[in-house]
Amino acid sequence: MLDLANPHHLLVALLMFAGLCFDVIGCVGLVRLPDVYNRLQAGTKCVTLGTFLILLGVILRYGLGAIGVKAVVCLFFVAVTSPTAAHAIARAAHRAGFGLWSGSVCDRYAEDGQGRRGPGSREVAP
Amino acid sequence: MTVFLLLGLVAGGFLVLWRALRGPTPADRTVSVDILGVLMVGFCAVLTVHTGRDLYMIVGVAWSLLAFIGSLALAKYLEGMHYDA
Repeated sequence: MLDLANPHHLLVALLMFAGLCFDVIGCVGLVRLPDVYNRLQAGTKCVTLGTFLILLGVILRYGLGAIGVKAVVCLFFVAVTSPTAAHAIARAAHRAGFGLWSGSVCDRYAEDGQGRRGPGSREVAP
Repeated sequence: MTVFLLLGLVAGGFLVLWRALRGPTPADRTVSVDILGVLMVGFCAVLTVHTGRDLYMIVGVAWSLLAFIGSLALAKYLEGMHYDA
């Protein structure tokens, strides 16, 4: 438990609260944005940083003991695997022909000759 | 304090689940499943501070790896879909 009268625990609580704010903002972006790629952008970046801050709070709370080392391992895994998974999903979605939002200004991946382009790709309404 | 953090993470999880239910394309559902995995790792971390036991941190480590493998499998399935056809 966290005792907010203790300044060390107060710092931990501030870190974890900042992480919660990033998480919830990322989830709201996942619901509100118009497109697969926009949703992936908002969700992945905000939620990864939020979980990173929460795990940093756990490390600060317990030091490098039995819990802290596991938190370091978990932080490394989250920081490496979450952007990789997001990149794989975005690449697969573009190559499978999921369309961009009609308000998108450019599509560099299709201009480079990758993915699906031309009449095959279709636009989606928000 | 930690109860408030847990409730906030549960609220964010329900937003992600709403997108997984509502999502117009299969890619939206894949994105929601991926993000729900990372969110649950944070939930396990807050649960570790709430209870003071290291059991939940082990669950978080395993969950992060399994969510990564699941996201890669779903991405490979998505790539062969040819959604526009």
